[in-house]
Amino acid sequence: MLQNAWIIPALPLAATVLIIFGTHRNRAVSSGISIAAIVSGFIYAVAILFNVLHDHGPHEFYFKWLDFGSWHLQIGLLIDPLTAVMLLVVTIVSSCVQIYSLGYMHGDPRFSRYFAYISLFSFSMLGLVLSNNFAMIFIFWELVGLTSYLLIGFWFEKKSASDAGKKAFITTRAGDLGFIVGILITLYACGTLNFGEVFTKIETGVFAGGLLTAAGIFLFCGAVGKSAQFPLHVWLPDAMEGPTPVSALIHAATMVAAGVYLVARILTIYIASESAGMVVAVIGITTSFMAASIGLVQNDIKRVLAYSTVSQLGYMIMALGLGAYTAGTFHLMTHAFFKALLFLAAGSVIHAVHTNDMQEMGGLGKKMKITALTMFIASFSIAGIFPLSGFWSKDEIVASTSGHPIFMVLTLMVAFMTAFYMFRLCFLTFTGGPRDQHKFDHAHESPKTMTVPLMVLAFLAIFAGWVGIPWLSHGFSSFVYHGEPHHAAFHFDIAGISLFVGLSGIGLAYLMYYKGTISPDKVAARFRPLYTLLYNKYYFDEIYDAIFVQPLYAICDFWFWFDQHIIDGLVNGAATLTLWWSIAKNWFDVYIIDGAVNGAGYTIRGTGSILRFAQTGRLQNYALIIFAGVILIWFLR
Amino acid sequence: MSGLLSWMIFIPLIGGVVILFFKQEQKSAIRAAATVTTIIPLILSLMMLWEYDPSTPAMQFVEHASWIPALNVFYHVGADGISVPMLFLTALLSMISIVASFGIEKRVKEYFAFFLLLETGMMGVFAALDFFLFYVFWEVMLVPMYFLIGVWGGPRKEYAAIKFFLYTLFGSIFMLVGILLLYFNTEPHTLSFLELIEHGPAFDHNLQLLVFVFFFIAFAIKIPAWPFHTWLPDAHVEAPTAVSVILAGVLLKMGTYGLLRISFPMLPYGTNYFIWPMAAIGVIGIIYGALVCMAQKDLKKLVAYSSVSHMGYCLLGMAAVTSVAGIQGCMFQMFAHGLITGALFILVGVIYDRAHTREIAAFGGLWLKLPVYSGVMILFVMGSLGLPGLAGFVSEFMVFIGSFPTFTWLTGIAVLGVLLTAGYFLRMVQKMFLGEFNTKWEGKLPDMNFREIFTVVPLAILMIAIGCYPKILSMWMQPTIQDLVRLIAR
Repeated sequence: MLQNAWIIPALPLAATVLIIFGTHRNRAVSSGISIAAIVSGFIYAVAILFNVLHDHGPHEFYFKWLDFGSWHLQIGLLIDPLTAVMLLVVTIVSSCVQIYSLGYMHGDPRFSRYFAYISLFSFSMLGLVLSNNFAMIFIFWELVGLTSYLLIGFWFEKKSASDAGKKAFITTRAGDLGFIVGILITLYACGTLNFGEVFTKIETGVFAGGLLTAAGIFLFCGAVGKSAQFPLHVWLPDAMEGPTPVSALIHAATMVAAGVYLVARILTIYIASESAGMVVAVIGITTSFMAASIGLVQNDIKRVLAYSTVSQLGYMIMALGLGAYTAGTFHLMTHAFFKALLFLAAGSVIHAVHTNDMQEMGGLGKKMKITALTMFIASFSIAGIFPLSGFWSKDEIVASTSGHPIFMVLTLMVAFMTAFYMFRLCFLTFTGGPRDQHKFDHAHESPKTMTVPLMVLAFLAIFAGWVGIPWLSHGFSSFVYHGEPHHAAFHFDIAGISLFVGLSGIGLAYLMYYKGTISPDKVAARFRPLYTLLYNKYYFDEIYDAIFVQPLYAICDFWFWFDQHIIDGLVNGAATLTLWWSIAKNWFDVYIIDGAVNGAGYTIRGTGSILRFAQTGRLQNYALIIFAGVILIWFLR
Repeated sequence: MSGLLSWMIFIPLIGGVVILFFKQEQKSAIRAAATVTTIIPLILSLMMLWEYDPSTPAMQFVEHASWIPALNVFYHVGADGISVPMLFLTALLSMISIVASFGIEKRVKEYFAFFLLLETGMMGVFAALDFFLFYVFWEVMLVPMYFLIGVWGGPRKEYAAIKFFLYTLFGSIFMLVGILLLYFNTEPHTLSFLELIEHGPAFDHNLQLLVFVFFFIAFAIKIPAWPFHTWLPDAHVEAPTAVSVILAGVLLKMGTYGLLRISFPMLPYGTNYFIWPMAAIGVIGIIYGALVCMAQKDLKKLVAYSSVSHMGYCLLGMAAVTSVAGIQGCMFQMFAHGLITGALFILVGVIYDRAHTREIAAFGGLWLKLPVYSGVMILFVMGSLGLPGLAGFVSEFMVFIGSFPTFTWLTGIAVLGVLLTAGYFLRMVQKMFLGEFNTKWEGKLPDMNFREIFTVVPLAILMIAIGCYPKILSMWMQPTIQDLVRLIAR
């Protein structure tokens, strides 16, 4: 049963291959295969959950994938409660999103390709949560990055979409550099990449100290990229260029949660190294606060949700950094459902009015009852209102900060902002009068394929959190835990405060955007500099462009110039010098050396031509000369 | 089968000579003959894989015959875990290149004859176990390469061909001096690889340093390692498609092969002395090549410079001489780069044949009109930028694992290359394949035809297979690498 869990990712992979090489011309069959694969995976995941409920494990199955010398890397399955929960979350959300896409993507010319990509994504994500070692998780980590790239840029005719895909891939890869280094440090220190074996080395003190802290921080870089944490959060809002169901599945519910999953999976490191854990927590709360504040003022419905996602992921990361395994993973699960719902509901709205801009919406609640209702349910859930899912998980997050007053204050401020911007969104979209009459007139409720998934997810947004009700004897905390199961006592004070904070956020939004008692424009004018700063997202994109992107292009151009003119210049220069040298040599040869040779010849010839006159060949001349010689000798004597 | 390696080496030569007797007009007959001539060595190389015993580092398929007794020169060939994958890669890429050359219309007879002569030279280099023989094959390759670039090349073909020829020859001179130094410093004088390896640690240390540098210059030019790389972009840009494939896929590997086969085991002291400079040159190559890639406007030049970057991983990996992972990563990279860059050059040729330009900015939105071509191109681009599941990732990852313990900081810098590679390739993909279709090509760019698809499919299958299950490649190499690590540690 459990050792065959590889079937769950294998089914969507098979679907991808079938669609690309076989059925891509037939839209109905392609989407059918894809949905059948993920729904079967869901059923199998349920079976696994019951198995794991019975025996927590961890269960591990692996084989050697690659060996070199005494080391080897594995491919294998690790099934424990966290895996079981994640399998369920991914298959449920993916199923809902795929069914929803039947309606949303209806009429798209690349309909079959869309389902091939979504299946490929499901395969990668499911493989990621099943991985039993660092190398394998990295492999699937990169594959989800690829599918994210393909799906963000799905409508690649639009420059903004292809830009966004590229930005997502490269930004997350920047984080992955740290991930690679972290893996290398771990392998170097432990001689293995298997999670269980590495944790044993940590517990026995073999892997400790500065090396462990360094590994922890570097590995966290990967999570920072994938889960869009500060300072690598810039890609996620742009990723909203993809089709909305993609945003729901990948950029809200599952892939971006992979970073949180990773931190949870290797939490042993952050518990053993407090400084690494503190880095994680600080990054988490910073991100959460920053993103929530940006979310307050955005007008694009999907961007609000994107910043909300960044902010909620920051919550989870912070909780994990503080060592609260159950809180982080519990919120991961509940968030997946209500955030997927928020995106799908937003998609339903966009589908109806063909714009993302909330300034052009308004009053849609009258025309889209199911969409509006489910959106409100999800918003109450994310705002942490009793007794919806979000209430229970947010309560645990807030409880995890007890003992860290600064964290707690910031966490509550984020909770306030979250409630505010979510209800700002709801009121602007669904209540009041239409701000664009033409778009309002054309709006209509979405088809059944889209509203049914909304209802399923709304059900989960209400009830999924109930598995974590603290009074349950076999609740979430006694299933997914680190070390010993902890029974978080229900803190009435904390729950009361966070509920109050959430309600006041909703109240403020109600006054500003429903009643109109407080004019939003006046508030914006009153805090003009702050408003501008938030509206422009703290200018992160501009700053990165100025300090990374543009200088990089300049550096590249410089080195190309250097290559052409200096290095190749030296090569060509050497050739030219050789040429000149040989010309000079040639001259030297012709005029000096050969000149000397010829000169010798000329001298001899010249001498000879003079002496030649002596060689007359006449005997009388010779006799005369002999006679003259004799006379000469005679006198000299 | 006896004489397996000799058949693999000389069948292309025989085929080349036979082709000379064809008439120039019999183009399809010449093409068919050339294809058959390259399929035979490919089949033989598969037989070689079948019969090869991967459990031992010993030389196999050895043939040993006296050639010039007075100089102690032998005809001596054999194969081990380093050369077996290279011989197979050579046979495969040669066959694919021949098929990819069917579009050549100018002086078809000479083209294919030269190409087959080239294959003989390449096979010989990877099989030779005697310096004299090795040197002969090494030089034999230059001649057909010179003509293939110089006659069938692009606008600046003469310049590129001469540059290639002279640059390599310049390196060869150093190699020749190195060979002679080793020859005269053994007693009795020998040119046999195996005997020289045996003798290795006994060579005087200063001699080892000198000869190592001499060999390194020769091999670094071939790799090409920074800063000896500038012949490569010129040669690639001017060479016809199939020649680029061979150049990138096989010829570059001879540099790294030479280091692994000759320098490392014969000169263990010299090797250990120079590991830091080698690693540094490798890392400079990785980063520098990637940065220069980012500035390219010509697609083929981009792929050419990416080779400089990717071969840097080979140097970094092999410099980690104490680790099996590093050297294995290097050998994986040699193979993977051959597959991936070979395919990329074929694909560059495909679009050039249609559009007669390679300027990246001239295209756009190709995915809309050429779905097969774009899909295949993006697959290989992903392979080149090291996407897991494809061969390039395995090799880069192994190189990092191998080099990290020894060259911690250098490896940390090298990892940046992974990001830069993604940067320049995705930029190219965006400009060429995404966005709106450039209407000036409306109706002028048909998708890949069957022959073109055929040339890249084997490469794609191997790339995916090795990426998913690397053991199918590492199983051939393992004992030889372990033995090599032992030899270097002497």
